[in-house]
Amino acid sequence: MQGLKLAANYLRIGILNEFQYRANLYIQILQTFIALGTGLIGLNLVFNQVTELGGWTKPELLAVMGVFTITGGFIRSAIQPNMERLMEEIREGTLDYALTKPADAQLLVSVREFRLWQLVDVITGLVVLAVALTQLNWLVSIWSVLGYLSALVMGAIMVYSFWLIITSTAFWFVRVNEIANLFEGLYAAGRWPVDIYPNWLRYGLTFLVPVAFAVTIPASALTGRLSLQTWLGALALTLVLFTIARMIWLTGVKNYSGASA
Amino acid sequence: MKRYFDYYISMMRVSVMEQWQYPVANYFYMIGMLAEPVIYMVVWSAVANQEGGSVGGYTPGSLAAYYIVWTLVRQMNIAFTPYGWEWRIRQGRLSTSLLRPMHPLHEDVAFFAGWKVVMIILWIPLAILLSLIFKPDLHPTLLEGAVFFIAIWMAYLIRTITLSLLGMVTFWTTRVSALFELYFAAELILSGRLVPLSLMPEAVQTAAWFFPFRWAFGYPIEVLVGSMSVSDLLLGLGMQFAWVFFGSVIVSQIWKIAIGRFSAVGG
Repeated sequence: MQGLKLAANYLRIGILNEFQYRANLYIQILQTFIALGTGLIGLNLVFNQVTELGGWTKPELLAVMGVFTITGGFIRSAIQPNMERLMEEIREGTLDYALTKPADAQLLVSVREFRLWQLVDVITGLVVLAVALTQLNWLVSIWSVLGYLSALVMGAIMVYSFWLIITSTAFWFVRVNEIANLFEGLYAAGRWPVDIYPNWLRYGLTFLVPVAFAVTIPASALTGRLSLQTWLGALALTLVLFTIARMIWLTGVKNYSGASA
Repeated sequence: MKRYFDYYISMMRVSVMEQWQYPVANYFYMIGMLAEPVIYMVVWSAVANQEGGSVGGYTPGSLAAYYIVWTLVRQMNIAFTPYGWEWRIRQGRLSTSLLRPMHPLHEDVAFFAGWKVVMIILWIPLAILLSLIFKPDLHPTLLEGAVFFIAIWMAYLIRTITLSLLGMVTFWTTRVSALFELYFAAELILSGRLVPLSLMPEAVQTAAWFFPFRWAFGYPIEVLVGSMSVSDLLLGLGMQFAWVFFGSVIVSQIWKIAIGRFSAVGG
C-alpha cells in the first residue's frame, strides 16, 4: 500500500516535470508519426506482393503493429528511463541516495522517472489497433479481450524484469550503456509476429528477450490464436522471470560499493 | 599534401587505439544494429518463398547476400551525427578545433575512418556467422569487388558530407531534432536500407536517383550483389564522385558563412 502511494507520488512529480517542456510534445508527435509511417510503408510493401504472411493477414499484422507501438511507448515512458538512470547511478556511485531510503530499493529505482510525452505512442498504438480491429469487423469475444489485457500486463512485467536483469549487470561490469541500443534493435523484431522467424531466432525472442510475450502474444489473443496453454506458460514465465530479476538485483546490491557520492 | 596525409594517418591510428579498448561496447552496438537487417531479411525471404522463390528479382539467397553486405555498408555509413554537431555547437566545443591550423572537418573524417578499421575487423566474424546461417548467394567478379571497395569509401564521404550539412543547421537554430528525424526517415525509404530499391514502386526508384541516399547506401550493395553492366557500375561511381565534389564545395561555402555566426558559449 505504502509502495503504491510512493509510486503514485513519483508519477505525479514526473508528470509535473514533463509539463515544463511542452515543446517536446510536438517533437514526440512528429517522431511517433514518422515511426508509424515507415512501419506502414514496410507493411504495404510486403502486402503489395502477398496477401498473407506466415498465416497472418494484413489487418492482423496491423493489429500487431498497434500492440508493438503501445508496448514500445509504455517501455520508453516508464521502464527505460528508470533503468537508464539506475545504470548511470551504479556507475557513478550515486545509488547510495536511493539505497539509504527506508522504502524498498527495487521499488524506488523502478518508479522514479516517467516520460509523459512518450504516451503519444500508446495513444497512437491504440488508434492503430482500433483501425485494425475495425477491418477485422470487431470479431473479438470477451475472452480474447481479457486474454489481451492480461497478456499485455504480463508482457510489461517480463520486459521490466528483463531490463532489471540487464541493468543489474552494471553492478559487475560497470559500463553497459550500449544495452539500450541492443534492446531497441531486438525489440524492433516485435513489429512482425515471431512465428515468421526461423526457430533459433524465435526462441531467442521468446525466452532471452521477451519480445514475443510483449507483442506477439497480446496480439494473438485479440486475433483469436491464444491457447490456454500458452497463456498459462506466459504466467509461469512471468513469475519465474520476476523472481530471477529480484534475486539478481538483491545480489547486485550486496555487491555494490558506492565509489563516491 | 604530405601534411594532410600525416595528419590522417596519425588521427586514424589514435582512433584505432581508442576504439580497440572497447571491443565489448562495440560489439553490443553492432549486434543491436544487426537486428534490423536480419528482420528485413527474414520478412522478405518469407515473402519470396511464398511467391514461389523470388520477389522483385531477389531469391532468399540473394536477399541474404543483400542484407549481409548491407551490414558492412551500414558500418561504413557511420559518421559524426548531426546530434553530435548540435552538442558541439551548443556546448562551444568547436572553439578548440577552430584554433588548430587544419579544417575541423578533417578531424571527423580521419577519426571515423580509423574507427571503421576496428569495426570491419570486428564485423568479419559476425559476417561469417550470418553467412553460415542464411547462406547468401554472392558471386562478385574481380571488377565488382574493386568497384565495391571504392564505392564504400565514397559512400562514407557522401554520408559525412550530408550529415555535416545537416549538423551545420545548428549554427542557426538549436531546435533541429525534428529536421533530423525527417532526414533519417527519407534516408530509410530512399536509400535501399529498408528494402532493395527494386522492390519499391517505380516512382520511388526514380526519385532515389536525385537524392544522395542511394549513392551512399544502396548502390555499393547492388554493385556486389546484383549483376550490373560495366557502364552502370561506372555511372554509379560517377554519381558518387559528383556528390562528393559538389557536396564538398557546398560544405565549405556554408562553413564560411556559418563560422562567422559562431559565438562560443564555453569550451
